Amino acid sequence: MTTVANGVNVQALLDAREVLKGAPEAAQFTWRASSTWQDGVHSTTTIQNYFGLGEEQSHKRESVFDADHPETFAATDNGITPIEYLLVGLASCLTAGVASVAQNRGIQLRSVTSTVEGSHDIRGILGVDSEVRNGFSGIKVTFTIDADASKQDIEALVAQSQKRSAVFDALTNPTDVTVEVA
Amino acid sequence: MLERGEVANSWRSERWDSLRLLTPNWQSRLPGLSYDGPDPDGYMTIGEVTEFIERFAAVSRAPVRTGTNVTSVRRAGDGYRVTTSHGEFRCQAVVIASGACNQPAVPKFTDAIPESVEQLTPFDYRDPAKLPDGGVLVVGASATGVQLAAEVRRSGRPVTLSVGEHVRLPRTYRGRDVLWWMDASGVWDQRYDEVDDLTRARRLPSPQLVGTPDRTTLDLNALAAMGVQLIGRWAAVRDGRALFSGGLRNVFSLADLKMARLLDTFDEWARTHGRDAEVGPPERLPPTNVPESTRLQLDLGSGEIRSIVWATGFRPEYGWLDVPVVDPRSQLRHDGGVVDSPGMYALGLPVLRRRKSTFIYGIEDDAREVIDLLTRYLAARRRS
Ligand SMILES: Cc1cc2nc3c(=O)[nH]c(=O)nc-3n(C[C@H](O)[C@H](O)[C@H](O)COP(=O)(O)OP(=O)(O)OC[C@H]3O[C@@H](n4cnc5c(N)ncnc54)[C@H](O)[C@@H]3O)c2cc1C
Repeated sequence: MTTVANGVNVQALLDAREVLKGAPEAAQFTWRASSTWQDGVHSTTTIQNYFGLGEEQSHKRESVFDADHPETFAATDNGITPIEYLLVGLASCLTAGVASVAQNRGIQLRSVTSTVEGSHDIRGILGVDSEVRNGFSGIKVTFTIDADASKQDIEALVAQSQKRSAVFDALTNPTDVTVEVA
Repeated sequence: MLERGEVANSWRSERWDSLRLLTPNWQSRLPGLSYDGPDPDGYMTIGEVTEFIERFAAVSRAPVRTGTNVTSVRRAGDGYRVTTSHGEFRCQAVVIASGACNQPAVPKFTDAIPESVEQLTPFDYRDPAKLPDGGVLVVGASATGVQLAAEVRRSGRPVTLSVGEHVRLPRTYRGRDVLWWMDASGVWDQRYDEVDDLTRARRLPSPQLVGTPDRTTLDLNALAAMGVQLIGRWAAVRDGRALFSGGLRNVFSLADLKMARLLDTFDEWARTHGRDAEVGPPERLPPTNVPESTRLQLDLGSGEIRSIVWATGFRPEYGWLDVPVVDPRSQLRHDGGVVDSPGMYALGLPVLRRRKSTFIYGIEDDAREVIDLLTRYLAARRRS
């Protein structure tokens, strides 16, 4: 297993798993984003701080995300649409999962690419048809993986990465969402 | 031996009418008593299992005190005080063999389900005729869930089966019962201190198997062919609607992949042990068919679903155990049956000492080793 280098510190993750078994409080994380309306349907969201392991934590630097809508929506297209951020989240989460699981299973990866397609019937958000939901009607992810492993092992990597994915879970299972005015 | 009911109590009082063992007759074996009937590859009915265990109690001359409910076991001096419905006992050692399936486990959100929908656990369920007419939602696709979904579907009712992670197995493989392979290839004998992730192994759901005279496979493809509608894992209830996971495809892939890996293990074993000639050629099963579209919600107030059958597993019950050896998940803390309290032992729990520990067939090896540890404990005490 030591010869496999996918750049994931699996040992640290396994150690964390052991420690957190006995300390569920430390496992409670809060991820935060702050958003500011710019103009039209353009907004800017920044992310830097989060809470975890019992204290305030900080990313090395602040990240800024512009969200807007494209010209087909008669908007200014200063950034991707909010729902496309879900695709970013899903692809990156599953990819991270593939790398971690591969490292843990001693599989050397050479390349991992994926395409994510979310089908979206926009009659929902436009209020054309109340039967149509606002969100995606379905999402399809296609991985292309080159690795030292059989097809079956690669399929198992992808299946396991879904099983352990935060974003896959957040998209496939309902989440209780509270929206308030401060 | 203290038993709150009669010998074979769980088989008499906690099983549905049509249940047959999913383990073949030749595997119904207890120390000194084997199946000697005409159909070693068949599967016992409840009546037959009960009779078999009664016969074992008789031939082994087990000193069973029936109708004796244990209401408390507590530490007293260097032994235990056991309080029962028929008086108290003092003892130096205790073996907890009270079963792994004393209570059906159900999710937390059952309270949010409208009263118009009848809810049953496998302990309430006897036969489909007692269900209300109309749609039935069976929750859980392990042995109990697939068996009940099939039986209820055959009664003519529309059945929806909510599927989470599951263990898919064919009933027979290369001409032999799949449990023959589990046994012969040594998978079932894998010890608790050899398995990679013991916690996971102990929580593994039961396999999708049924014991029927025609030895049919009862996987999700078979259920779909019967007209059972498959939906994802039940995640929550919101505003009277049941919400299901959209991750159905992945639980199918996980189960298909794990089954393929297991069948590979069997093939590898047969090849390296020179057994290829006595079994049929290797087989590969088609993947689990993903339905064209899966529903993510059901309106529980619409009348579409009249009853819910919870086949979401079972758990042990230790309310009577006044010794701090039960973890927050209500599981006994033990190492291969040696409980975390002097002179206390356990038997009959998942992967207690080997993968086969919870099967009738699995008790013999475990019991021998655990009782050996117990006798050594008592001998050491006597010496000191
Ligand atoms: C639905 C179902 C199907 C199964 N199918 C199979 C199968 O096909 N093949 C197979 O090998 N195994 C099967 N099993 C597993 C089966 O339970 C075991 O094989 C076997 O019955 C376990 O025996 P046991 O004595 O350990 O536990 P149990 O049969 O549960 O016996 C425990 C006994 O302890 C008594 N008890 C519990 N608490 C107290 C108390 N406080 N005081 C006094 N007495 C108490 C109970 O009354 C009970 O009689 C199945 C289990 C279930 C739930």
